[in-house]
Amino acid sequence: MKEKPDTLEQAVLTEYKYGFVTDIDTDVIAKGLSENTIRLISNKKNEPEWMLDWRLKAYNHWLKLEEPKWSNVKYPIINYQDIIYYAAPKPKKQLNSLDEADPELLATFEKLGISLNEQKRLTGVAVDVVMDSVSIATSFKEQLSEIGVIFCSISEAIQLHPELVKKYLGSVVPMTDNYFAALNSAVFTDGSFCYIPKGVRCPMELSTYFRINTENAGQFERTLIIAEDESYVSYLEGCTAPMRDENQLHAAVVELVAHTKAEIKYSTVQNWYPGDKNGLGGIYNFVTKRGMCKGDHSKISWTQVETGSAITWKYPSVILKGDHSIGEFYSVAFTNNHQQADTGTKMIHLGKNTRSRIVSKGISAGHSQNSYRGLVRASKQATNARNYSQCDSLLLGDKCGAHTFPYIEVKNKTAIVEHEATTSKIGEDQLFYCKQRGIDAETAVALIVNGFAKEVMNQLPMEFAVEAQKLLAISMEGSVG
Amino acid sequence: MLSVKNIHANIDGREILKGINLDIKPGEVHAIMGPNGSGKSTLASVLAGREEYEVTEGAVSFLGKDLLELSTEDRAREGLFLAFQYPVEIPGVSTTNFIKAAVNEKRKYLGQEPLDAVAFLKMMKEKMALVEIDQRLLSRSINEGFSGGEKKRNEVFQMAMLEPKLAIMDETDSGLDIDALRIVANGINKLRSPDRAILLITHYQRLLDYIQPDYVHVLYNGRIVKSGTKELALELEEKGYDFITDEVDLAANQ
Ligand SMILES: Nc1ncnc2c1ncn2[C@@H]1O[C@H](COP(=O)(O)OP(=O)(O)O)[C@@H](O)[C@H]1O
Ligand SMILES: [Mg+2]
Repeated sequence: MKEKPDTLEQAVLTEYKYGFVTDIDTDVIAKGLSENTIRLISNKKNEPEWMLDWRLKAYNHWLKLEEPKWSNVKYPIINYQDIIYYAAPKPKKQLNSLDEADPELLATFEKLGISLNEQKRLTGVAVDVVMDSVSIATSFKEQLSEIGVIFCSISEAIQLHPELVKKYLGSVVPMTDNYFAALNSAVFTDGSFCYIPKGVRCPMELSTYFRINTENAGQFERTLIIAEDESYVSYLEGCTAPMRDENQLHAAVVELVAHTKAEIKYSTVQNWYPGDKNGLGGIYNFVTKRGMCKGDHSKISWTQVETGSAITWKYPSVILKGDHSIGEFYSVAFTNNHQQADTGTKMIHLGKNTRSRIVSKGISAGHSQNSYRGLVRASKQATNARNYSQCDSLLLGDKCGAHTFPYIEVKNKTAIVEHEATTSKIGEDQLFYCKQRGIDAETAVALIVNGFAKEVMNQLPMEFAVEAQKLLAISMEGSVG
Repeated sequence: MLSVKNIHANIDGREILKGINLDIKPGEVHAIMGPNGSGKSTLASVLAGREEYEVTEGAVSFLGKDLLELSTEDRAREGLFLAFQYPVEIPGVSTTNFIKAAVNEKRKYLGQEPLDAVAFLKMMKEKMALVEIDQRLLSRSINEGFSGGEKKRNEVFQMAMLEPKLAIMDETDSGLDIDALRIVANGINKLRSPDRAILLITHYQRLLDYIQPDYVHVLYNGRIVKSGTKELALELEEKGYDFITDEVDLAANQ
């Protein structure tokens, strides 16, 4: 038997490297969802009355909704009573900085390649870490607060900056928006909060690292980023989870608000556990991400590298409200084995002279299904709106599928919407060609996939581009280190 | 350098090669000719190590090694090069990056350091001049949207870059107009050297007007039915394949 992968099928076999479980003391509430669960969560987080009321309103709305069925993904019925809605690593004491965190926790993140201590200072990245339901600690808080930047967990923001949270929470993704957004609004446990004051260019990358650790726990994080006039911030999120045979639910909501001339760049490297090669286990990633270009000349740019999750259902969107505002969406979605991804974006042009650009690269391998679903809407008032969309699909092998669902709604005659799509296939012929040149199967697949995804990868902040490229390589290959 | 002994090969259970014998020494140019479907590309694929083909009998030694024991990529790294009859397109991978990967994989195998950017560029420049290939072609995705002639020229360019010990050229002349044929043939001629052997697979003898072979073999129905010097090619040109194949068929029926 040869040990090295030879065929395309072997070369794209996934080995998930982040699947370990941290043995740590965790505060877990009983499975199940009811008003009482929500009261319990709110109580554990010592939340003010208004927050609890908001959650309960969302919960009551959620009860009236039905799970959406329109996406191109298949999964068994989720039993919402079989999920743990709150699990928190027990803090030994109140933490002032990450350096004081439980060594076991720090070790966990070291193992994941995320250094939470001094080291990160060199690369200039501030990190917030969320394990299961709570934020463990945030680095660089003080340095950031000196220039007025608030970067903390959403729980802390609810305590310390209630006026901001009240004003913006649900302003971009209303609790009534969709099934999973309503659920998240009811039970969200933690997430990040960023506030960039007027005229400030945030000097470092802000990043949040999400980790699901506890069995049967759902992760429902909530992220809110506000960029005041003429400010700039680049934010990155990453995520991983242990390997488990049962599926786990992740239903996050992210809201971005960009005021006049502000720019938010939001990058995601999503690597939740995708399930094993037979399709057992993995995260259901049902996420609502939306940005509002509220002010004139504002800009929001989404970049995502999606390699994990058994099922991904997510459409980071931009509402282009301000005149001359710009929305961008750059995406690489890689699916392997039995993964299913239904992802894309919505660009809603409301203001005049608004522009949007969509670059989607879908890569499917194994038996996976990869769908791009995108909506470009130009409203009546959106004079001179422009959109350019490019959706490319790459099929590795012949058992996988790629699908493109572009929806275009134009109500203003001056709007111009362009859509281009390509599908290419990598088969044994291409692989043989590479091997005949001395390039082995693994390297060949990495070369092909990285070449295909380059345009999107180039959008990532430097430090993460390298990580993301490695991640993409690891997701596809059995043994390339 | 290459010694092929009684090779039989199947695809999907059907025997295509029915006992091939071939000996090639360094510096020699051998031409394999034969009608379509006779097994020329199959022989090239089997030597290069394409998995779909099952070798049921025979042995091949290459530079003293058992070729059939080596993986496809190791055969390449040992110095076996195949210029494809139908080079495939690989979207998203620039020709330059592809060749760089190939060159460095080979160097790694041979225990050499990877070429740095400067050295690689220098080598590219030299070889580009040698085979008269346009630089613009090399920044495009490999073979994607290339014309037939551009694809073949790109194959010869890769051969120049990889400096193989044995180059198998599978109908590198087919589909080329006379100018392109001359350029490609010139490129190949420049790559001839005393320690490099070339196996030219061709359907027509016109390529042999430009590249003088030392030996000519006629492959028919999975066997080499006739071998000779370059005069054999001329005879084939004149009389057609029938004069040999009829003979073979006749013998088979007796
Ligand atoms: N992949 C394949 N599957 C089935 N038959 C094949 C395959 N490749 C080649 N053959 C058959 O093998 C025979 C020899 O083909 P080939 O080696 O391509 O001939 P040539 O290159 O001399 O024209 C032909 O009859 C062809 O149909
Ligand atoms: Mg052929």
